[in-house]
Amino acid sequence: MATVTDERLFGKSIKRREDPRFITGQGRYVDDLKLPGMTYAAFVRSPNAHARIRRIDTAEAARHPGVVAIFTGQDMTGVNSLPCGWDLRKEKGVPGVIQDLAIVPHMPLSTDAARHVGDPVAVIIADSQDAALDAAEKVRLDWEVLAAVTATDKAAAPGAPVIHAGAPGNVAFQWEIGDAAATDAAFEQAAVTVKKRIVNQRLVANAMEPRACVARYEDATGELTLWVTSQNPHVHRLLMCAFVLGIPEHKVRVIAPDVGGGFGSKIFLYSEEVVCSWVSRRLKRPVRWTSTRHEAYLTDAHGRDHVTDAELALSKDGKMLGLRVRTTANLGAYLSTFAPAVPTFLYGTLLNGVYEIGAIHCHVSGVFTNTTAVDAYRGAGRPEACYVLERIVEAGALALRMDPIELRKKNFIPKFSGAHQTLVAVAYDSGDYPAATDKLLRIFDYKAFRAEQEAARKQGRLLGVGFSTYIEACSIAPSKVVGALGAGAGLYESAKVRVHPTGTVTVFTGSHSHGQGHETTFAQLVAHELGIPIEQVEIVHGDTGSIAFGMGTYGSRSGSVGGTAILMSLNKIKDKGRQIAAHLLEASPKDIEYSKGQFQVRGVPGKAVPFGAVALTAYVPHNYPEGLEPGLEETSFYDPSNFCFPFGAHACVVEVDRETGLVKVLRYVAVDDVGNVINPMIVDGMVHGGIAQGVGQALWEGAVYDERSGQLVTGTMTEYALPKADQLPMYETDRTVTPTPVNPLGVKGAGETGTIAATPAVVNAVVDALVPLGVDHFETMPLTPERVWNAIRRATTR
Amino acid sequence: MYPAAFEYHAPASIQETLGLLGRLGDDAKLLAGGHSLVPMMKLRLARPKHVIDLRKVPGLAGVREEGGSIVIGAMTTHWQVESSPLLCEKCPILSDTASVIGDPQVRNLGTIGGSLAHADPAADIPATAIALGAEFVCEGPKGRRTVKVDEWFQGLMQTALHEDEILVEIRFPAWPAGSGGAYMKFPHPASRFAVVGVAAMVTLDGKGACTKAGVGVTGAGTKAVRAKGVEAGIVGKTLDQATIEGAAQNAADGVDVQADLQGSVEYKQHLCRVFARRAIEAAVKRARG
Repeated sequence: MATVTDERLFGKSIKRREDPRFITGQGRYVDDLKLPGMTYAAFVRSPNAHARIRRIDTAEAARHPGVVAIFTGQDMTGVNSLPCGWDLRKEKGVPGVIQDLAIVPHMPLSTDAARHVGDPVAVIIADSQDAALDAAEKVRLDWEVLAAVTATDKAAAPGAPVIHAGAPGNVAFQWEIGDAAATDAAFEQAAVTVKKRIVNQRLVANAMEPRACVARYEDATGELTLWVTSQNPHVHRLLMCAFVLGIPEHKVRVIAPDVGGGFGSKIFLYSEEVVCSWVSRRLKRPVRWTSTRHEAYLTDAHGRDHVTDAELALSKDGKMLGLRVRTTANLGAYLSTFAPAVPTFLYGTLLNGVYEIGAIHCHVSGVFTNTTAVDAYRGAGRPEACYVLERIVEAGALALRMDPIELRKKNFIPKFSGAHQTLVAVAYDSGDYPAATDKLLRIFDYKAFRAEQEAARKQGRLLGVGFSTYIEACSIAPSKVVGALGAGAGLYESAKVRVHPTGTVTVFTGSHSHGQGHETTFAQLVAHELGIPIEQVEIVHGDTGSIAFGMGTYGSRSGSVGGTAILMSLNKIKDKGRQIAAHLLEASPKDIEYSKGQFQVRGVPGKAVPFGAVALTAYVPHNYPEGLEPGLEETSFYDPSNFCFPFGAHACVVEVDRETGLVKVLRYVAVDDVGNVINPMIVDGMVHGGIAQGVGQALWEGAVYDERSGQLVTGTMTEYALPKADQLPMYETDRTVTPTPVNPLGVKGAGETGTIAATPAVVNAVVDALVPLGVDHFETMPLTPERVWNAIRRATTR
Repeated sequence: MYPAAFEYHAPASIQETLGLLGRLGDDAKLLAGGHSLVPMMKLRLARPKHVIDLRKVPGLAGVREEGGSIVIGAMTTHWQVESSPLLCEKCPILSDTASVIGDPQVRNLGTIGGSLAHADPAADIPATAIALGAEFVCEGPKGRRTVKVDEWFQGLMQTALHEDEILVEIRFPAWPAGSGGAYMKFPHPASRFAVVGVAAMVTLDGKGACTKAGVGVTGAGTKAVRAKGVEAGIVGKTLDQATIEGAAQNAADGVDVQADLQGSVEYKQHLCRVFARRAIEAAVKRARG
């Protein structure tokens, strides 16, 4: 029988329940799975960035010992292109479309040409991983090598090699948001305008666990089980069944067990899991594939890659009159699952920031290049928007010779409740932007820093501070809204709460944890709401076989959307429990209240039935209300009415080594407002990790293609510089709390704030450090020592 | 990634190792700590048919003093070099250099001999070996021979070690009293190899004049080199700021600087000069005690 606790768990920093399993090596990942009769897949990939396939000769590879079968795209008849889940077309009524999305084919194994280095063209299936890899090297490929284009700003240039017949000029779409005429008018009236080219470089997600899948087809039942490193197993199943393989959904089970990080890269449907599923059906044997790290660099969807020209119009006293943004977004060689949404509706709609701006217009072109496909990476569109805005605002402050904080304060949207309609479609849910900045300045002690900076400058040291007052949209997303914008799916979430006869609880959630700590946070929520010990709550996720449906985890949606679905089911459980308790207590259900783990007659705590007794009664319904179904299990689907809009203010202090250009981060202060917080320790952890990734983008990370050969130069961890602990200071984090009115939990979302806010804060800090030398901007990140050194040199020798 | 198939050998003596090397020739690679060879094998950039593991060969590891020289066995790990009380006392530049190689995992397995025989152009130890004037004791079928450091590094990952030899130990001749040294590096942000690394040894006489110097530069070019122009700029001089600064200007002379993602030729030449100055300044500080 469940015991009762009155511990209030909402808001407590309890330790993560899943961590002992992870840190003692007992996590169960896809690659840990061993099935009888297993075969192993190795993909034959293009070494060329752009080349027509003349011939694939598999004869020698087929003779390699242990090889079971070899398939090319020609063998996969009846298999369709990988779908793009976001349809930017005028005929669909999608607002802002100037040029319809070119929906180009993306076959799981290309039959005509390779369009980026790493594009798969054949698969080897063997009895061992070694045999598969060795045989893959024996496949002879005859290519007609074509000219390639990798650079974002050259993709649509006249004469650039055409990558898809269906996308002449390599332009995938053109889209706009805002009011062009009003923006032009604002620039006419401006006292000061600034214009900057702002490049948001390409990033690689680098989840700790590389992608992997195991597909097992059972001939006897016709059922396919796919274990896959997925952030959203139901979405994987839907896309694969309905669009690519044409297998009925009820015959397919997708399981995403323990998954070691995603950062967006595991949202999407990839060739490898489709091919392994198809092969398993064909061979009637299980097939396993695990990506190598190098393959991950070449094939996991990349992030960001925007080239933007941004202009800000200001009045003499620093009011923001107009913002004009023109962005080219590199989509890579193919349309990844949600690629068109990222540089449009997740980007342009955030350009209002936390400011009152007179007019805004943003134009975006998506382009194809001979590079790995680009899609959502932690923050997805919002970091790009925040970076553009926070950089151009700082540039505006410099032009006005105004303190950057003063300029921001002059333009903050004042505290509001209810809703604030922006100029770029979305309406903010709740916000108090000045408060977050005020709190930041108190913690940071801005005055003291400026004095320290001045003193340091006199000694020849280059200290700088950078701010970032960001907004982001999460709790993704109201289905009707995203549907109208071109989404192929709804973005609700489901939760089933099953109360067992003994009063313990299993929750089946459509959210998926790949590092977020749902097994703790959701259990905490349930234990808090029911007043039962957390040990009596189990969270099940990542299995289409046991979970009703789910849209998965990305866009900081699990707490707000997934958590609210759980809360709705808990409320239904309580409602039913009230009826059972009323019967047992011989009272009216409307007089029964739920408190501290028991149903009691309102105001009479002595007259009560514990939660466990009600659960037992529901399953042993001898003394039971007439007409009430036995059992205690409820399912809910929650579809949010709006996005939630977390916000905050970050400050970063750097010191620049004048001689080498090396930037050292000395201090980092973050004040975030993510609404109510269920587990502050977990939220702090997400903020910490996010800041590391954000700083990483500003200073170290960057996927670089050789423009001539189209090779990915940064294709290993020894070339691609991920942030390391010894490069980062101890963070100082704090919060303001402005609960969202959108959901009953009041939680907004905390998974992406750090990546969004940190990048501009760092770059602003470096610029601030170098202002006395005459440096006022960096076009391109990361701010490598050489780039900084060059900027100093150019400025000081002018 | 998995390496291509290979045969593994674990000889139990130097003689057995030499026998295998003689028999297998080009097809064999020697495995010391494995932190250069194994990653290359996993990427299939190296695919030796035979791997000869030196870890079971006795007598190849350890730090000792012999007739005033420091002698370090080729299979001594970076961590052993970093933490050796003898080195910390008698030759701290070696411990310092070892302490900035890779990360603790790398230092626990990687070896000084492996690094010097592999001769990665961005490895740290080669600069310090040059500054100290190291000697390499190689053993082959005809017995032992000693190679001076200035002959050791011959090109990109090429050394004076013959294919039928193994590097047994590295000897570091004693420096006179009044000496001090330092290694300063600009690490690659991802690999932590040296984009540029400079090791400097100086000996100061009673009046503060430099009587002997050794300066090695690694990272920037295809092999580590002795910065002769820098040495010439400080030997016989009192090492004030201007002298050091002036000598350091020669740090990139004779370095075949390679441009890559980490920097242009010009930038790396500049880094050579900056780090030469910093290394000499630190060395002088140490020499003065």
